[in-house]
Amino acid sequence: MDAIFLQILNGLDKGGAYALIALGLTLIFGTLGVVNFAHGALFMLGAFCAVTVNKAITLSAKVRDESVTFFEAYKDVPYLEMWLGETGSLIIDWSIPISLVVAIPVMLGVGLTMERGLIRHFYKRPHADQILVTFGLAIVLQEIVKAFYGANPIPQTAPDLFSGTLNLGGLIGMDLTYPTWRLVYFIFSMGIIAAVFSFLQFTTFGMVVRAGMADRETVQLLGINITKRFSIVFGLAAVVSGLAGLMYTPILPPDYHMGMDFLVLSFVVVVVGGMGSLPGAVAAGFLLGILQSLASMTEVKSIFPGIDQIIIYLIAMIVLLVRPRGLMGRKGVMED
Amino acid sequence: MSNILEISGVNLSFGGLKALDDVNLTVKAGTVHAIIGPNGAGKSTLLNGIIGKLAIDSGSIDFNGKSMLGVQPHEINQLGISRVFQTPEIYGDLTLLENMMIPLLAHRDGAFRLNLWSRGDQQRDILEKAQHFLDDMNLWTKRDVSAGSLSRGDKRRLELAMCLSQEPKLLLLDEPTAGMARADTNNTIDLLKTIAGRGITMAIIEHDMHVVFSLAERISVLAQGHVIVEGLPDEIKGDPRVKEAYLGGAEV
Amino acid sequence: MAKSTITPRSDLTLFLGFTAVVLLMPLWLQPFGAAYPDLMQKFAIFGLFAIGFNILFGQTGYLSFGHAAFIGVGSYATVWVFKLMTMNVIPAMIFGVLVSGVFALVIGFVCLRRTGIYFSILTLALAQMSYNLAYSVLTPITNGETGLQLTTKDPRLLDTAMEVGSGIPPTNVFGIEMSAWDGLFGFYFCAVFLILGFYISIRITRSSFGSMLRGIKTNQTRMMYTGLNTKPYKLAAFVISGMYAGLAGSLMAAVDPLAGAERMQWTASGEVVLMTILGGIGTLVGPVIGAAVIKYAENIFSAIDKSVLVDLFSFMPDAIGSGLAAVTSLFVGKGWHLTLGILFMLVVIYLPGGIMEGIDRIKRRLVGKDHASNDA
Repeated sequence: MDAIFLQILNGLDKGGAYALIALGLTLIFGTLGVVNFAHGALFMLGAFCAVTVNKAITLSAKVRDESVTFFEAYKDVPYLEMWLGETGSLIIDWSIPISLVVAIPVMLGVGLTMERGLIRHFYKRPHADQILVTFGLAIVLQEIVKAFYGANPIPQTAPDLFSGTLNLGGLIGMDLTYPTWRLVYFIFSMGIIAAVFSFLQFTTFGMVVRAGMADRETVQLLGINITKRFSIVFGLAAVVSGLAGLMYTPILPPDYHMGMDFLVLSFVVVVVGGMGSLPGAVAAGFLLGILQSLASMTEVKSIFPGIDQIIIYLIAMIVLLVRPRGLMGRKGVMED
Repeated sequence: MSNILEISGVNLSFGGLKALDDVNLTVKAGTVHAIIGPNGAGKSTLLNGIIGKLAIDSGSIDFNGKSMLGVQPHEINQLGISRVFQTPEIYGDLTLLENMMIPLLAHRDGAFRLNLWSRGDQQRDILEKAQHFLDDMNLWTKRDVSAGSLSRGDKRRLELAMCLSQEPKLLLLDEPTAGMARADTNNTIDLLKTIAGRGITMAIIEHDMHVVFSLAERISVLAQGHVIVEGLPDEIKGDPRVKEAYLGGAEV
Repeated sequence: MAKSTITPRSDLTLFLGFTAVVLLMPLWLQPFGAAYPDLMQKFAIFGLFAIGFNILFGQTGYLSFGHAAFIGVGSYATVWVFKLMTMNVIPAMIFGVLVSGVFALVIGFVCLRRTGIYFSILTLALAQMSYNLAYSVLTPITNGETGLQLTTKDPRLLDTAMEVGSGIPPTNVFGIEMSAWDGLFGFYFCAVFLILGFYISIRITRSSFGSMLRGIKTNQTRMMYTGLNTKPYKLAAFVISGMYAGLAGSLMAAVDPLAGAERMQWTASGEVVLMTILGGIGTLVGPVIGAAVIKYAENIFSAIDKSVLVDLFSFMPDAIGSGLAAVTSLFVGKGWHLTLGILFMLVVIYLPGGIMEGIDRIKRRLVGKDHASNDA
């Protein structure tokens, strides 16, 4: 019982990542009608924002290492530590939250540029073309990152405060230790999801977006300039994805390829949840994350070896065949 | 004259909305039968039920005595019903000649034939027939043109040629003159008259009364999913129930 | 209007021209530095893959992101025959193609229940599942990460029956080793299949079956109401393209008897999409050209490293020269994928018909507007 509960918890952070990426994908697909194969790359770019900020903060100088006496050894001491001492180390420790602040405008900019420069011209083109051009863009983006940062994963660390483990057992009467940051990630993803939904529900802009998702033509006929809002929606989706990737870095060391890896799974999530349904995307994300986690339990694997690798695809297949509009999809979206 | 199409007691509901309510309609072979009615009366729904796009809830649809319920759309076509769509449905990326070849091949070879070998452009019989039907519509000279680049009127003629090439027993037309200007409409009327003159049974949904009264030998009036009147054109002209359906009463 | 320029005669010319170009590859590829058997084999193998893929994507309009799975299946099946029966590639390849055909039948039946983006995602899901199965679950059959290889302990029943000696024998065609003629035999073996596959694709495209596929791509609804059952047509196209892929996979194993799961990843499927688009989707020759260009770039481009570039620009003043070398090095060598991605995007945006469309446009400029392309 403990083990199952632990696995459910384990699935929550991955599920959160899936949910956030799927949320962005659905926003873009539901509002703009565009299938964005570069969405995983946005996740990756967010992660590399954290890497870049970290590199900037930890710019170091070589300083004589006094503790080693029998030869001249040097160690790297970050400038911030040299100039600001304790505060400097604190800043470095909190590099991820700091990069959060930096990443928001950066990802917004990336999203707006992508939409204005490329996506906009593909609204009227068939889905296949959209897939192809965004696929190409994803390759370009990941290669650029690879050129600058190399092919190896670059581990990032969470702030000390959140780096340990928490014993959640006390709350529920079980002995359960869980890495703090993963809990933070889960809370963070719920927060973002809540923010997005509130935005859509409670602002006029959000209302127009929701209307546009339901019936783009009518909204346009009402004289509302939907295209300007498209850029902003795309930018928003980019920010969500980027931040999801950024916060995920302590859990999974970022590498240039992570975008593609998450992309496939995210599309599967979107399909299971229902293309065009935001709550569906979120629910499916968490569901599939948890299922994948449960499937990797040794007991399960002994009955069905390797099930954890294929469970998500199996479920996607079954859903697509039995209920193509997904768990919560709207009728008529992309139906035969 | 036999009944080529017999629709009786047909009901069809979408969610809470009853689109077709105990519809009874008989089309006699060799005639032109028009189906008219205000918007939302259920005309298109009825047509979709006949060609197999929609499944009806209850009732029967018999074609030449054979039930069409549960029959796949392509089989319905193979049995002899052809449909002309409201917006001409043709193969836009293909040439006119290739557009013609597809229905002709379907007519000759059936719903599926794995013929990977014989060249399409060498099939004498198909090419001759294609020429015959395209000529009929004055389109043979444009046979190598991409169908998507045709004018609306030409697309309509191509679609008719494609349907006629299958020598249908019943031709269903869904508002063939929708969106057309006067001149085009008159051309279409002449065209349809010629086709009718060959003895092909036609069922036409139309809004344009000029078209209806130029062509129809019998008219059924559909309102709120039900056939309220049926009869000869002269009978329909003066019938007060028809007027009321169009002008008075609630529009669905 | 200009009369259609596609005739049996023009197709024969195209076919003969293609055959000549392929058979003479060892000659005309010399100045490009590409005339070595390994690379030329790749041209042929991936050309075949792309031709088959084009039948499903270019003709029928269904974008599959999972076709690499069939390459994998073909490879594995072929290697298993090598291990169990004989090193003679002919029976092995026949088995490989048949197995991938059956596999394609099953997968196609499942995936074709949906259209458009749903279909693509289904193929993606199934392909990734197959890859994961091959990598970590079905390891008795696939040997997982290490890949399926030949060992001296393999039974090779047919061969021992005919006493072919000990050790791991090389792959052969009824006795002639694949590595004969300095490896050129292997190339010509693949080339024969490429030429055959090209011929078959011409016949399929020009047949009434081909017309139906194009009809499905353009207006599937119309087809249904014109009395055609589109399901078997789509399935047939899927299986045919799957068998082409299986043949490519079998050839891969024939020239290099091993099989690995990485061939089945969705990114490998993405590669054939690139090849087809780059070359010219829906055309006969386009996919082969696309395959050749990408494989050439992969092998040649990616081998250019900075020192070569520095040499290239050495005639310029130092600062500019090394600057240029630094910039261009981002686009070659390990960075050639970047160039590929950019090129691909440019093609999709500006020249959706690929290289064939480019050639067509140039032809029109030179010859005049009346000259229509004689390639479907």
